[in-house]
Amino acid sequence: MVYLTRQAEFSASHFYYLPALSEAENQRLFGKCANRNGHGHNYVLQVTVKGDMDPATGMVLDLKELKDILEREVMQAMDHRFLNHEVPPFAEVVPTTENLAVEIWRRLAPRITKGRLHQVRLYENPDLFVDYYGC
Amino acid sequence: MAANAHLTRRYEFAASHRLHSDRLSEEENWRIYGKCNNPYGHGHNYGLEVTVSGPIDARTGMVADLVDLDRVVQETVIERFDHKNLNVEIPEFRDQAPTSEVLLMEIHRLLAERWPRESGLAGTRISRLRLQETGKNFFEYTE
Repeated sequence: MVYLTRQAEFSASHFYYLPALSEAENQRLFGKCANRNGHGHNYVLQVTVKGDMDPATGMVLDLKELKDILEREVMQAMDHRFLNHEVPPFAEVVPTTENLAVEIWRRLAPRITKGRLHQVRLYENPDLFVDYYGC
Repeated sequence: MAANAHLTRRYEFAASHRLHSDRLSEEENWRIYGKCNNPYGHGHNYGLEVTVSGPIDARTGMVADLVDLDRVVQETVIERFDHKNLNVEIPEFRDQAPTSEVLLMEIHRLLAERWPRESGLAGTRISRLRLQETGKNFFEYTE
């Protein structure tokens, strides 16, 4: 079994807010992340696909293919966007790093047809990242 | 059923140590530990990654509240070890060489005991610790 990882970066803004709670409760829960003007991150995404190497090509899957999938499913949708306002489902779901990792998995998994999506790792900043394994 | 995710946060602390065992001769200490046995000790900027695993809370979208995690790690690990001499100031290391392996397991013992009591969201655990001693050495413990 071989594990292949591709990295990509995107810049996006977001805020954390639950409309069902009061302003004070949102402040207490989310602190300065509750500022509805938003704030931004340079997200770093590492996508790991696992599979067996094709004996003819020596590849688990064509890296160009993985790059194109990331570009279509993640970059075009999320890069230089305001997640809460422009990227479903984040008008209703709080765009935490955890939920963003799950959404990226949901978009990528069905499109990876050679090998299997194994891990989505999403860095919100160099000191904070989330790993999601699909369950 | 909630999705499970693994949240990792990185911390740093600076400490000095000397690798030495009173159960070994001076010659054996030097042979085993090399320059890490220098009598005055030496220091590291340690990097510590703490991974909390558990379900993503349906309401907040978080596995763990970072405020809780930062507070627990600050009080349990950073305040205990930062800017300290591990051999002289940490009682647990009086009788054993504070290698990064030993330090890692002590950090695990401290956090595994405290986190369940003070984590705000239920069903989470400290599943992995990674301690970086230098740019070339790191040590990992996984439950």
